[in-house]
Amino acid sequence: MVDETTIWNYLEEVPDPEVPVLSVIDLGIVRAVKVISDKEVEVTITPTYSGCPAMNYIEKNILEVLTEKGIEIVRFHTVLSPAWTTDWMSEAGKEKLLAYGIAPPVNEVDKLILFGDSPIVKCPQCRSENTKMLSQFGSTACKALYQCSDCLEPFDYFKCLR
Amino acid sequence: MKNNLFTYTLRIADDSLILGQRLSEWCGHGPIIEEDIALSNIALDLIGQATNLLEYAAQVEDKGRTADDLAFLRFEHQYLNTQLIEQKNGDFAVTIVRQWIFDTFRLPFYEALQHSADKQLAAIAEKSLKETKYHWKHSSEWIIRMGDGTEESNKRVNDALILLWKFSDELFYMDDVDQALISQGIAIDLETLRPAFNERIQFVLQEATLQLPDSKWKLSGGRQGRHTEHFGHLIAEMQYMQRAYPNMEW
Repeated sequence: MVDETTIWNYLEEVPDPEVPVLSVIDLGIVRAVKVISDKEVEVTITPTYSGCPAMNYIEKNILEVLTEKGIEIVRFHTVLSPAWTTDWMSEAGKEKLLAYGIAPPVNEVDKLILFGDSPIVKCPQCRSENTKMLSQFGSTACKALYQCSDCLEPFDYFKCLR
Repeated sequence: MKNNLFTYTLRIADDSLILGQRLSEWCGHGPIIEEDIALSNIALDLIGQATNLLEYAAQVEDKGRTADDLAFLRFEHQYLNTQLIEQKNGDFAVTIVRQWIFDTFRLPFYEALQHSADKQLAAIAEKSLKETKYHWKHSSEWIIRMGDGTEESNKRVNDALILLWKFSDELFYMDDVDQALISQGIAIDLETLRPAFNERIQFVLQEATLQLPDSKWKLSGGRQGRHTEHFGHLIAEMQYMQRAYPNMEW
């Protein structure tokens, strides 16, 4: 009978639709796996943001990969609590993000401090710390828009959510 | 009990849904590209929260209606959002003042609701709170920038306050639905949120060199399904696809 570890390993092959270098495991979207029988598993997932439009694709991608591996029935279960946080992103995932050109999340000040300093984010191109935030909202809900003041490249920053 | 929980959830859901719809009208029309993206992102968060809430409302009601049915197939008087959030976008200052009043209410509301005895409402609140912090920071910083900005930006944001402040009290509206659920630890006694709300409002206004309008006039009715003249136009557009092509799906 397939065990849970095998299923977790299979899920490493499922890419996130928005950031394809990351697997759903790297992102921390899969919260639990339960093997019901050789042909049936239950996968518990959680959305990054409430409005994340990728959730349906993620289910579809998981279904596709597990079906290829011979699992016939995949039951999905969505949980909202505990709420997803970037702390669940794996270290391997953060390195993959950086190599892909997206700055990974760093510690941030409390969001309720108005006009607080934006976090120091290294430019994924030239690694300079001389960067500035252009907008706390970016190309997807999970990203902010930055620009490097040295090499002048604009880049995405995967913002810290806690 | 079931009816009360359905109505309570629907009221929260409709505030998110209708404000999300309003903000999405800015998509492609923002004053600068960063704001176009910001307002669309906030719209997406709100519509996501509305989806979670409407799915739960549909489950509580248990009459075979889906979240989509609730979003797109009710009549005007069946929507229970406050009148504040259905007001037209107006200029950027009106949009931001409307958002700021709402965000300032939603912060302490979600903080309290995440401890609700209803596990699903608590989970939705915990999730939504993280997003609301971003929204509040965004709207508050704009209030300060505009209020403490140029003569023109100060005038615009002041006009927006005069236009919208009279709708703010309805956010604290409670009736039998709330009372029944408060006694079970499910709903929030909104009166307890007023100090946190007022403190944040005053803090930001002071930084922005602005003051609340003198008028004590208060408008309400949205929670019972009575809406302002702008609302019909909003849902006509929101429901268009579902009315023109019944049961269509993406």
